[in-house]
Amino acid sequence: MSMESDIKFIDENGLRIDGRRPDELRHIKIEAGVLENADGSAYVEFGKNKVLAAVYGPRECHPRHLQNPSKAIIQCKYNMMTFSVSDRKRPGPDRRSVEISKIISEALESVVQTELFPRASIDVYMEILQANAGTRCAGLVAASVALADAGVPMKDIIPAIAVGKADGKLLLDLNKEEDNYGQADVPMAIIPKTGEVVLLQMDGHMTQEEFETALDMGIKACYEIYELQKDALKRRYAVETPEVEE
Amino acid sequence: METENVKPVREVVVPGDLLNEGDLKAGNGTYVLDGKIYASLLGVKSIASNYVNVIPLGGRYMPHPGDSVVGVVIDIGPSNWLVEINSPYPAPLHVNEVPWRVEFGDTARFLNLGQVILAKVLMVDETMKVQVTLNESGLRRLEGGHLVDISHSKVPRVIGKGGSMIQMIQNMTDCRIFVGQNGRIWIDGEMPNMLVAEEAIKMIAAEAHTNRLTERVKELLENRKTGLVE
Repeated sequence: MSMESDIKFIDENGLRIDGRRPDELRHIKIEAGVLENADGSAYVEFGKNKVLAAVYGPRECHPRHLQNPSKAIIQCKYNMMTFSVSDRKRPGPDRRSVEISKIISEALESVVQTELFPRASIDVYMEILQANAGTRCAGLVAASVALADAGVPMKDIIPAIAVGKADGKLLLDLNKEEDNYGQADVPMAIIPKTGEVVLLQMDGHMTQEEFETALDMGIKACYEIYELQKDALKRRYAVETPEVEE
Repeated sequence: METENVKPVREVVVPGDLLNEGDLKAGNGTYVLDGKIYASLLGVKSIASNYVNVIPLGGRYMPHPGDSVVGVVIDIGPSNWLVEINSPYPAPLHVNEVPWRVEFGDTARFLNLGQVILAKVLMVDETMKVQVTLNESGLRRLEGGHLVDISHSKVPRVIGKGGSMIQMIQNMTDCRIFVGQNGRIWIDGEMPNMLVAEEAIKMIAAEAHTNRLTERVKELLENRKTGLVE
């Protein structure tokens, strides 16, 4: 972040280097139920980001000492594939992926009705197949669709998005260049039903006014993503309307 | 079969969808926030006797007292067995809950690891401690045969209205079949017949959402008839 560069992020027409307006999302594609062997799964593309999420459970919690006798725990694993970035990523958990796994599981815990499954564990695996800034948001979007697909009871589906600053201007959904050479990056996630914020981080510098505008921009975009998430889940069963025998 | 085509399309809901309609009460798969009822599951909305329910399209089996389940013995203790019943929680089967007189420490003589049993859920407490029993008529060890696992939400479809579907498969393939509420199905009969019954059940699970399924299953069974052993 905040590396010096002479890239112009906004051209004369007010468009960004990938042709988007400052408050425009990248193309988002969400598909639910893509894996056969997991209880639930989702595939998400945020522009050039590609994320696959799989959910197992609720199932018996191992190791035993992590069990909570009053509710289920959510164990997330965020992992970047070695080929997800241009310089081969050394495989295995590192400081960054451990942090992202933790914040995503905390965000999900706020919507999943964990008290229905005491002593159990709900395992969420996110694999970043291709990264282009904003993978934690894409991962969380994929994870919450996969959880709903797995039939896990939850209060709402969580959308997530990042707002950043480059060239002194606030930009929605930063791409890699804007993230690397910009001044700030603020990923956020909300519960659309209540407006509660379940994930909010900031890297870089912003004034208080900028931060508040960024938050408004992000929340507005979250509702757009929320519709796409719901649509992906409903599309999976569009023709599959089961009759129920009484 | 005209009536099936005019059936109202059931609405698919996702977690967070508003379900409120008039003075309905919140049923299964729902939650209440600020006096409004929302779905908590991905499923199909249904209204029955003043309750709004969401019938799940997937998810794990949660044991309820009185359910018949097909389980597999996964561990043996001196006075109990642990039975895996396709739910997040393994269910202990205590020696008092079996129809045999078992000496302390002699449990493995009666049920060994991997033994499949037809059991009934005796009780489930609020911490999800489950107990199963074999002390009831019809409950027993299941010897031989095949197991098929399907989603527990497809079980009503496999059984059919008043057991029509399962009876048809039993009659046409000459197999004995037990369907556990946990989505585990035990089939026993001649080998080729078992494979046909298995195929039919997998087809029902895959196409549970479609109409006129019974006819198509019947068609499948008739097509396979030549390979069956009388």
